[in-house]
Amino acid sequence: MNVIEIGLLLLIIICGIATCVSKNLMVSMIIFMIYSVFMSVSWAILRAPDLAVTEAAVGAGISSILMFITLKRVHRLREDGSAGETEDEEI
Amino acid sequence: MWTILWNNRIQVAAVILFAVGFVTLLLHRNLIKKVIGLNIMDTAAYLFLTSIGYIQGRLSPVITEADTAAEHYVNPLPAGLVLTGIVVSVSVTAVMLALTIRIYRRYHTLNLDEIYRYVHDEMEGEK
Amino acid sequence: MKKFKEWLRNWDEDRFMFAEDKEMLEEEEESGGDSWRPMTISGLERQEFRLFTRAFPVMAGILALVMILFLLSAVLQLPAFGSADTPPAKSGTIRRYVEQGMQETGAVNIVAGVILDYRAFDTLGESHVLFAAAAAVFILLLFARDPQESPESKAILRSDPILRNTAKVLIPIIILFGSYVVFNGHLGPGGGFSGGAIIGSGLILYDMAFGPDRLNKILTLKSYRIIVLCALLFYSGAKCYSFYCGANGLETIFSPGTPGRIFSAGLILPLNIAVGVVVACTMYGFFALFTREQI
Repeated sequence: MNVIEIGLLLLIIICGIATCVSKNLMVSMIIFMIYSVFMSVSWAILRAPDLAVTEAAVGAGISSILMFITLKRVHRLREDGSAGETEDEEI
Repeated sequence: MWTILWNNRIQVAAVILFAVGFVTLLLHRNLIKKVIGLNIMDTAAYLFLTSIGYIQGRLSPVITEADTAAEHYVNPLPAGLVLTGIVVSVSVTAVMLALTIRIYRRYHTLNLDEIYRYVHDEMEGEK
Repeated sequence: MKKFKEWLRNWDEDRFMFAEDKEMLEEEEESGGDSWRPMTISGLERQEFRLFTRAFPVMAGILALVMILFLLSAVLQLPAFGSADTPPAKSGTIRRYVEQGMQETGAVNIVAGVILDYRAFDTLGESHVLFAAAAAVFILLLFARDPQESPESKAILRSDPILRNTAKVLIPIIILFGSYVVFNGHLGPGGGFSGGAIIGSGLILYDMAFGPDRLNKILTLKSYRIIVLCALLFYSGAKCYSFYCGANGLETIFSPGTPGRIFSAGLILPLNIAVGVVVACTMYGFFALFTREQI
């Protein structure tokens, strides 16, 4: 039990730092999704199943979908004849 | 000192996550990175709050067959608070991302410096 | 102070002179590099600016470290993790909620009882936060059609057969599971918010797989407004009713019923359903607005 908890905490911190360090937007969104899945597992370990279900459905699901769509909309706006930003991180 | 930190390692992790989210919010010029940073800070605060309510060796607050002694269950209040918080942080994220789309449509950049510069030029132009 | 303001005002011009700045650097290397040429004013400011861009991450790191140390010193004073003799664990409210929770609210899941009955006012406010966020996204994105955008933006998500077939299998399960979570909010973990989010993601998957027109038969903008409005009105009406007679032991016509059965927790089940509907419609609304600016 203890090992899982420590492993989970380390993974959460690593995912948090990875979103901060990663250059590409898409990569940091995916890592953020993984981060909120780990967070919902840690809610379950902390004896709060309500939060685990909500965080999994809302944190990993809805906010990540919205971020991906925002990135998609931004990419499409860029191709529609806007100021040519070159590399992904640029925008 | 270290034993306390080791015992409260979940709260220490929450503090570190809060700082990581704060640095992400501060350092990155990209708007979407800032949204992610704010989300990390949110969940870190909720992790801290939930770990306060946790009591070792007790069940989650779902009463099983009329065993309603308060000694067998974890503190239900932080769970209620954090549930409200999670929904609020999703709403804030949705509004921030909607603003990001509109900002991008007008300024065609997500980089905060360039947005400031464009706004700065517009103000100069109006003056 | 004036110099600083003036320096701040034109630091962004420097921001775009970096290309020219690089030649200046090469120039310095060619000319032996050690012959320190008197900095022009803009050169001086550029120097300060480069200092600023280099110093900023370091300062941010130091600020984060100071914050970590400050918060860690607070963590040191915290009671041991998971210890039972902390003031909140021994306080009367927890005893009251856990022990009388089932008789008063009828909810087996005390957290649902706390959220929808003892602290109903807070959850009422939270549903209105969700409603306000939906309104804000509506204002920002609804009919904000950008003429420059390509007209066929409606068909952004051309759904391929793989997605359609898996959606045929998955969507019934998702909607079933979501409604299970909503209906069993007072019996097990879950409740209005998580169940609504699951149903919302089911609707999103349906919209992605089968395109928006099929869903628009039942969920147009008008029907969206009506659904969310009725759900919120019912929700607020039921909450106001339970404020005056029902919360904290006031007698009410909705008996808490025998705990454990589905229709047992007085007002909590209809409230959960109303919240589930509001959250599902709002989440689908967010998705629809983000992809194509209309429901």
